[in-house]
Amino acid sequence: MGAYDRVQAARAKGRPTSIDYINNIFTNFQELHGDRRYGDDGAIIGGIGRLMGEPVTIIAQEKGQNTKDKVARNFGSPNPEGYRKALRLMKQAEKFHRPVVCLVDTSGAYPGLGAEERGQAQAIAENLMEMMTLRTPVISVLVGEGGSGGALALAVSDEVWMMENSIYSVISPEGCASILWRDARKVKEASECLRLTAEDLLSLGVIERIIPESGKDFSNAYMNLQTWLKKAIDDRRDVDIDELLAKRYERFRKFGRVSNEV
Amino acid sequence: MIPKNLFKKANNELENGGRQVYEEFVEITQPCPKCGFELTATELKDNREVCFKCGHHFRMNARQRIELIADDDSFKELYAGMESENILSFPDYDEKLRASKAKSGENEGVIVGEATVGGHKCVIFVMDSQFMMGSMGSVVGEKVTLAFEYATEKKLPVLGFTVSGGARMQEGILSLMQMAKTSAAVKLHSDAGLLYITVLTDPTTGGVSASFAMEGDIILAEPGALICFAGPRVIEQTIRKKLPKGFQTAEFLLEHGFVDAIAPRNIQKEMLVNLLALHEKEG
Repeated sequence: MGAYDRVQAARAKGRPTSIDYINNIFTNFQELHGDRRYGDDGAIIGGIGRLMGEPVTIIAQEKGQNTKDKVARNFGSPNPEGYRKALRLMKQAEKFHRPVVCLVDTSGAYPGLGAEERGQAQAIAENLMEMMTLRTPVISVLVGEGGSGGALALAVSDEVWMMENSIYSVISPEGCASILWRDARKVKEASECLRLTAEDLLSLGVIERIIPESGKDFSNAYMNLQTWLKKAIDDRRDVDIDELLAKRYERFRKFGRVSNEV
Repeated sequence: MIPKNLFKKANNELENGGRQVYEEFVEITQPCPKCGFELTATELKDNREVCFKCGHHFRMNARQRIELIADDDSFKELYAGMESENILSFPDYDEKLRASKAKSGENEGVIVGEATVGGHKCVIFVMDSQFMMGSMGSVVGEKVTLAFEYATEKKLPVLGFTVSGGARMQEGILSLMQMAKTSAAVKLHSDAGLLYITVLTDPTTGGVSASFAMEGDIILAEPGALICFAGPRVIEQTIRKKLPKGFQTAEFLLEHGFVDAIAPRNIQKEMLVNLLALHEKEG
């Protein structure tokens, strides 16, 4: 499968969205709305549920499942209030010593008038900073598209995993093609160059795990993901929080490569 | 008023105001993009790259900025030799790096160092728009991170001057990760109770505005600077409307509560020195 095939698979109509993951992996889910500052962003679902019995906070980007729902969720492109809601619920999780599971699926943070007025950049920046020292385990899973800073704002975590057909990139292949070659049709070439598939990211050391998929039937994928999530959280139960945070810092500290290092 | 000798022809050289001696080279002027006033490069340099007439702030390279802000001869550069690698073998990236080095005279898009500002010791990082529009790849991320780690260790404040088109797509996902990496270092510096002041300059956008640019304890911005997450063109294409005048300028962000104060260059150093002094611990 080429990189562009993965891009198309990640965006395919009928592909499960975060709501499906929530329904199949967690029980007793109670959605919690609003950022307590401005509003409630439909592009990000937040709440508490149980993962094989254990209470966890769940934060998920949701693209929507039908036309009406998609519009209400702004096609999964969050506004600043979405990121602020996410941060509010993460802080709440920290207070009650609940682990956090983030599901990432967005083409990017919304580039709109209101989003800029209300500080999209500031909202994302704050999440990056605060997640780094959130004193509870955080696992992020890319279930579809991971579009740039808008995805990263839910993925500063102890481990980041990707579904086999998800993608994670600094820019959309279309955006890259039109900037670099002034030709949005060169999207295939751009997809290859950007190294955005789960395999690419695993080999670059940016993610820890790929969850296999098998066609349209996700039941095995959900089960696997549930098992892995439970294990990741169990493994961290007795870990000293300062040690957890030191590891999280190191996880991100190592990214990148330079010449003539000091 | 019409001079009396308007129509009278001069009888000799002296009457004509003496022999005109023209300089061999006349400096070429360029119009201010905002008001059209003609300015020479020397005039601009002497006026901190600010238009005399309308106050438009031209872009300034990193070395000029350091000269403007750091006390004379106090700047000691750190990590100067670090260079980018074409990690993903991205097409044309090597060539772009070479061209940027030639154009800017720098090894990468940010300069880091230690200096005194009004006598206050601090760590400074200054981004340079001439190096691939200050885009953030591994080196920019690494140097900014090192700057904060150094400052945390030495218990120093950080002054950061940002200018950036955003993340550097030629380094793919690794450039995105620099946003998290730099933010982590800012957070530890902040948790150590240390001061971080950012000065946002034209333009500060994308991955840099959505990370360390917006993470200062105090956020200043130069007049008229474009500061945004998504660029104006992307927004116009998304909402299919023209943006209102002044949208995403420093003044717009001030009005919406995302910038602490506007810092014009003629008083910028004074503002910074005052803020540094206000945070100086006694004894």
